[in-house]
Amino acid sequence: MTVDQIDLVYLIAAVLFVVGLKGLTKPRTAVRGNFLGALAMLIAVVVTLVSQKFDFTLIIVGLLVGSVLGTIMAVRIQMTAMPQLVALFNGFGGGASVLVAGANLMSASPSEMTTENLVATALSGFIGAVTFSGSLIAFAKLQELKFVKDIRFPGQQVLNAVLMLACLGLGYLFVDGPESTWKFWVVVLLALGLGKFLVISIGGADMPVVIALLNSYSGLAAAATGFVLSNNVLIVAGSLVGASGLILTRIMCKAMNRSLANVIFGKLQPSEEGASADEVYTNVKSTSADEVAMLLDVSRRVVIVPGYGMAVAQAQHAVSDLTDLLTSKGIEVEFGIHPVAGRMPGHMNVLLAEADIDYEMLKEMDEINTTIEQADMAIVLGANDVVNPLARTDPKSPIAGMPIIDVDKARTVVVIKRSLSPGFAGIPNPLFSADNALMLFGDGRKAIVEIINAVQEG
Amino acid sequence: MISMNLLLILAETAEATTSSGKSVLLLTVFVLAIFIGFEIITKIPPTLHTPLMSGSNAISGISLIGALISAGAGNDVLSRVLGCIAVILATMNVVGGFWVTHRMLDMFRRKD
Repeated sequence: MTVDQIDLVYLIAAVLFVVGLKGLTKPRTAVRGNFLGALAMLIAVVVTLVSQKFDFTLIIVGLLVGSVLGTIMAVRIQMTAMPQLVALFNGFGGGASVLVAGANLMSASPSEMTTENLVATALSGFIGAVTFSGSLIAFAKLQELKFVKDIRFPGQQVLNAVLMLACLGLGYLFVDGPESTWKFWVVVLLALGLGKFLVISIGGADMPVVIALLNSYSGLAAAATGFVLSNNVLIVAGSLVGASGLILTRIMCKAMNRSLANVIFGKLQPSEEGASADEVYTNVKSTSADEVAMLLDVSRRVVIVPGYGMAVAQAQHAVSDLTDLLTSKGIEVEFGIHPVAGRMPGHMNVLLAEADIDYEMLKEMDEINTTIEQADMAIVLGANDVVNPLARTDPKSPIAGMPIIDVDKARTVVVIKRSLSPGFAGIPNPLFSADNALMLFGDGRKAIVEIINAVQEG
Repeated sequence: MISMNLLLILAETAEATTSSGKSVLLLTVFVLAIFIGFEIITKIPPTLHTPLMSGSNAISGISLIGALISAGAGNDVLSRVLGCIAVILATMNVVGGFWVTHRMLDMFRRKD
């Protein structure tokens, strides 16, 4: 094939990526969109393999090992562990970009590379390495691996700034004198450190933002690699992903009413003036599954608000059973999904879909808030900060202005929770001692199963 | 349809890529593709947030193309080995990413 013909096939692949990604944004076309994306990738790979004379040994080894491992991970992953897997795959993409830039640098003679090429190589190494180490740390935190602890030390921001500047400086020196390729690898090393320190101090509830952002970076790293190789399909595919990741990041930040900088560099601090737990929890009423069942018996409309606790307790299937039971009794059941509930964008939706709950029942925050006053009961399952009315009422609160699901406006609120411990924001939740609130203490899955039994007996 | 117009411009630009002023053209492609990305991904229903992320993540495994070239045509052993590791990483990203996205979308589709 001539270079022109190859480029034309790459162009077809690029167009298919665009169409495929667009398909992924609508429920009706999502399956086809994903398929088109995979097809585009296949076309790009095949045309690359026939484009020039290759020694196929290492190619086949790599493709085989990668396919087998990737398939195993995709098939065996539990839906509750999806955030970890997405983080891990992000990291792989970033790592591949670093290695491609590095291999290309060693293979070519650096002194003959153009300045643009060298800049792209440095960028590819930098972004790729930040993505790689950041994603692996995010993975380890989500997987709750013991050896990764929340590290916070004075001067952390300074260290990050120093690492960033060092990368910039060394990157410049590398472009200026590319014969000594070690400079590239030192940039990569520093960037690995930067990625680690940027992500390691970010708390669980901010994970949706971080994962979306790393997703964006993995795309940008691929685009940078495209500049290294002067390959359009890498640039197009990479920048599409970069853009989509940024959009998701913005949606997540908005849902927390925080800026991106605040998520990455700041930390939610309980304000000094806020009421203490003892002052807030003066009117906490504990309830039982039987009482909840009795209340459900006279309810016509129930709204369930799940949070990360539902994922931890693996309660989604029990919730599905309860939904079926209540529906069969003529009770209308809906779910109120907060955009940042869980550990990644859309986490709750995936879990509830896994448990066979019709996505027509899943309502977005704004939609459910307009009708929640007519709900006879709101069941909060493993969520805390996203239903904390302080966000509306206390302008000094660390979550002030964050949009919440107004469960307190339902006639009765049942909060299923292990204890009164605060959520990620570290502040007490006045909802728990509201007049219309009942606490059902215990494990999320067990509590739902008990409610199901009580409803069936009653 | 702004995105379609952008796509056409992109197609023309991509074809016109020649050696002269190449990096500017590559930059043009990059900027236009970013805009297309912003244009086509406007309203995403929250149901699709996760599949969109894992699907687009699989697309970012496109570095696989570069990895294949390094592994198959690198000038020395070390760069080929690096290329091979890159092929493994990128293939896991691509195969696992598309597959797991399909698994998720399948769950959403069941009730249709």
